Amino acid sequence: MLTILFDGVAYGMLLFILACGLSITLGLMNFVNLAHGAFAMAGGYVTVILMNRFGISFYWCLPAAFFVTALIGAALEVTLYRRLYRASHLDQVLFSIGLVFMAISAADYFMGGQQQLINLPAELRGRFDLFGIGIGRSRLFVIVICAMLTVALQLALTRTRFGSQLRAAVDDGRVARGLGISVSTIFVLTFALGSGLAGLGGALGADMLGLDPNFPLKFLIYFMIVVTVGGTSSITGPFVAALLLGVADVAGKYYLPQAGAFIIYAVMILVLIVRPNGLFSREGR
Amino acid sequence: MITRRHFMASAAAIAMLSVAAPSFAADTVKIGLILPMTGPFASTGRQVEAGVRAYMALNGDTAGGKKVEIVLRDDAGTADQTRRIAQELVVNDKVSMLMGFGLTPLAMAVAPVISQAKVPAIITSATTSAIMSKSDFFVRTSMAGPQSAVPVATWAVQNGLKRVVTLVTDYGPGHDIEKGFTDQFKKDGGEIVEAVRVPLQNPDFAPFLQRVRDAKPDAVFVFVPAGVGSLFMKQFVDRGLADAGIKLIATGDVTDDDLLGAIGDPALGVITGHFYSAAHDSPENKAFVQQVKDSAKMRANFMAVGGFDAMHLAYAALAKTNGDTDGTKLINAMKGMEWTSPRGPISIDPATRDIVQDIYIRKVEKKDGELYNVEFSTFKKIHDPFVAK
Repeated sequence: MLTILFDGVAYGMLLFILACGLSITLGLMNFVNLAHGAFAMAGGYVTVILMNRFGISFYWCLPAAFFVTALIGAALEVTLYRRLYRASHLDQVLFSIGLVFMAISAADYFMGGQQQLINLPAELRGRFDLFGIGIGRSRLFVIVICAMLTVALQLALTRTRFGSQLRAAVDDGRVARGLGISVSTIFVLTFALGSGLAGLGGALGADMLGLDPNFPLKFLIYFMIVVTVGGTSSITGPFVAALLLGVADVAGKYYLPQAGAFIIYAVMILVLIVRPNGLFSREGR
Repeated sequence: MITRRHFMASAAAIAMLSVAAPSFAADTVKIGLILPMTGPFASTGRQVEAGVRAYMALNGDTAGGKKVEIVLRDDAGTADQTRRIAQELVVNDKVSMLMGFGLTPLAMAVAPVISQAKVPAIITSATTSAIMSKSDFFVRTSMAGPQSAVPVATWAVQNGLKRVVTLVTDYGPGHDIEKGFTDQFKKDGGEIVEAVRVPLQNPDFAPFLQRVRDAKPDAVFVFVPAGVGSLFMKQFVDRGLADAGIKLIATGDVTDDDLLGAIGDPALGVITGHFYSAAHDSPENKAFVQQVKDSAKMRANFMAVGGFDAMHLAYAALAKTNGDTDGTKLINAMKGMEWTSPRGPISIDPATRDIVQDIYIRKVEKKDGELYNVEFSTFKKIHDPFVAK
């Protein structure tokens, strides 16, 4: 029972890291970026290439996945995304879904269509029992990393100068510019951060979720659910939503394997009926 | 990719040649090969193509006095494409035979085309029982339904694994295999503790594996598509099911030769039943594995052998008809054909046009630093349990 809860939390944490970048771009920058999963996939492939071709340790691959994806994100922001901030949501959706298909084909061409496998270091394999709860080491690792990231992210957005500049830039770009805040720099950095987090999630999840060129589409629906259920006004919302969905998904598949795959959608529908703007939303938006 | 592009170019060149010199076409037999060369099932396509090419490299390109020409097309694993391509190949390219079909729905989609045009289609990969009844022009060289699952059931009971949980992916072949295993297992006196079905688009096996663990069976019988199989294996080991005394028995898809190296040591000791292993000890197999390794730079798996045997069947049928490419004559020539494949002795059942083959029980072991499915027990001449009673 508690093992299921533990697995669900690990899965939810992973979903959160994968999706929180999307909630930042969507919530704070008001940009519908369906290509978010492509960044996660990029992070996963960076890990696979570094580990399997160059034999680099898994622990170094995680920051590498973060920075490489963040760089890709920044480059794309400057060259492409920036032009679409003012465009309608439909244009943004069309643009980013096009990017998804390009990413899928590129991954298929360069890496092949098969599942990519990585071998985690020995200390992350297997599991141990703690008070009768079976705890998988790799899942515990995922939980610890994600929890630390969540706290750091929350502090960065609410307590630092960068965080308040970002919120100011989003709320009223013109006034923020007038106060000497470089809005475009802030947006590049934020976008890079969001992409980097997705990349990190992809790297962490490569072992648990698998990695193939269809990754961006396969998980797009999960990202969207996390963001819609959680609301886009803070990162606490998506965090709670991701945990809820992770636990519901895992528990549903355990207790009701026949209906397992649908539980997550049922939860989403219920939440949206009760709170149409998500669990935590700023009222009156 | 490059080979495919070359291929298209040469196919186009030949198309033009045949316009210029119609007499040339009469000496050439074209075989349309439809495979998923891109998309999630691309590995199937690459393996089958490698098998087909290996056969031509080893046996030349003439059969029944005619030059054999392969026209390879990519359907990316979508059924409407497969059907369209099949139609084009039959109508425009005038192919005498079709070959390939990575998945059941892809094979199903061409049934009306081949029935109407009377063109034999050799299935190299798709396995569900239901396909064969859809057209009298289907022949199969991959596997007939749950052929590989039934001997595993018998083996399990004989070896004291009486309480088993089945875990299959929730789609056509999964249902076939589950039923095939369960029927035989119960007949032999085993008990199915629980039957778990995993969605096809499933990101995480954790809850299902935990369920298996809590049911405390002697063994878990697994069928999942090859690519996902490796992911499954890892989670199986990580969750400590092996330590809890639960044995993993499966069809050979889980320990696919092509992926076994990447799964690594967690796969050691897994028992599977299947029709082909790259470690099969025969001169035919050694030549085949070596050829695939040299030309395609990979280890041949059961998909490649399906392609290899499809080519053999096409060649042998052409030899029997003395190069006559009439569809009905070809399909009749194929019925009852027997030969020694790299996988061992096989034949085509004249009644069902389906493959009859030996199923081997294998264990994953390390040989020369690489992992192989080492065969240790053989069940002779297995038919599709659902059709050939």
